[in-house]
Amino acid sequence: MTRYLIPLGVFVVLAIFLALGLTLEPRIVPSPLIGKPAPEFTLPQLKDASQQLGRKDLLGKVTLLNVWASWCVSCRHEHPLLVQLARTGRVNIYGLNYKDKREDGLRWLEQLGDPYIVSAFDEQGNVGIDYGVYGVPETYVIDKQGIIRHKVIGPVTNEIITTVILPLMKELGG
Amino acid sequence: MMNTIRRLLICTVLLLSSAAWGEDKVGDEATEARLKAMAVELRCLVCQNESLEHSRADLAVDLRNQIRDMVRQGKNDQQIMEYMVARYGDFVRFRPPLKSTTAPLWFGPFVLMALGGLVLMYTLVRRRRRVNIARLSSSEQERIRTLVANNSAAVEEDGKA
Repeated sequence: MTRYLIPLGVFVVLAIFLALGLTLEPRIVPSPLIGKPAPEFTLPQLKDASQQLGRKDLLGKVTLLNVWASWCVSCRHEHPLLVQLARTGRVNIYGLNYKDKREDGLRWLEQLGDPYIVSAFDEQGNVGIDYGVYGVPETYVIDKQGIIRHKVIGPVTNEIITTVILPLMKELGG
Repeated sequence: MMNTIRRLLICTVLLLSSAAWGEDKVGDEATEARLKAMAVELRCLVCQNESLEHSRADLAVDLRNQIRDMVRQGKNDQQIMEYMVARYGDFVRFRPPLKSTTAPLWFGPFVLMALGGLVLMYTLVRRRRRVNIARLSSSEQERIRTLVANNSAAVEEDGKA
């Protein structure tokens, strides 16, 4: 009997591991910044280059920092969700317009709506590098003290908003 | 499969588009040599199985330029590596450091090999036990001898006849 049970057991264990491996998304690399202070930055605003946006503007409230670009196809998918979320008035969303052209970014907001309190304009992508951005769109949940609590890599979905982002923001006192 | 295709497509698109926006700001020979030595050890997070040295993704170009700047600022290799790991995690290194979270990665294969060896030894020992080496009693030995002797005698007679 054990003659057959042992290979069967080995097979089942192997199959479970392989099945788990299939459900993992290799593109999602855990960020080392979670639990750490959001990196310092000061950038011109997208809509008004004479005004600036910095890390200190995010402090004192729970915020979402959404990295987006007009050339980014997935951003187009998530954008209506962000607009909808902003309309509830319960969430502070800031934008980081990453490696974009100013006029393209502005046209995007005009055509698709502007969910952001302010969008910073990161033309060179240096702030993106400091935040470990590698696949736009990315969205950071930052608490009142300016600590990064969560990072969504890729477009946010309705499911992520209701099961992850909103509960986490509530927990953080947003 | 779909994911692989999608990733290939993304890489192709990035490859085609990189000329349009990212440009390597090639520096002097010494800087390039240092950059190359570092970049082969670093993973491009866009095309994950490519090194930063070989990737043509836009982010890889930016990061190469960033490393060039840091080399010019006199940063040593360790500082540059720390800069990268602080932003992208250990995954950015092709040779991850040895620590508790990466221990299975380093020792897992040896543990598996040792387990395999134990199983092999166990099976071999058990198999040897199962094969009984038959020992003959002295009377049986005697019988064999007479049988052989009779047989050869019979063969000899056949030959004569």
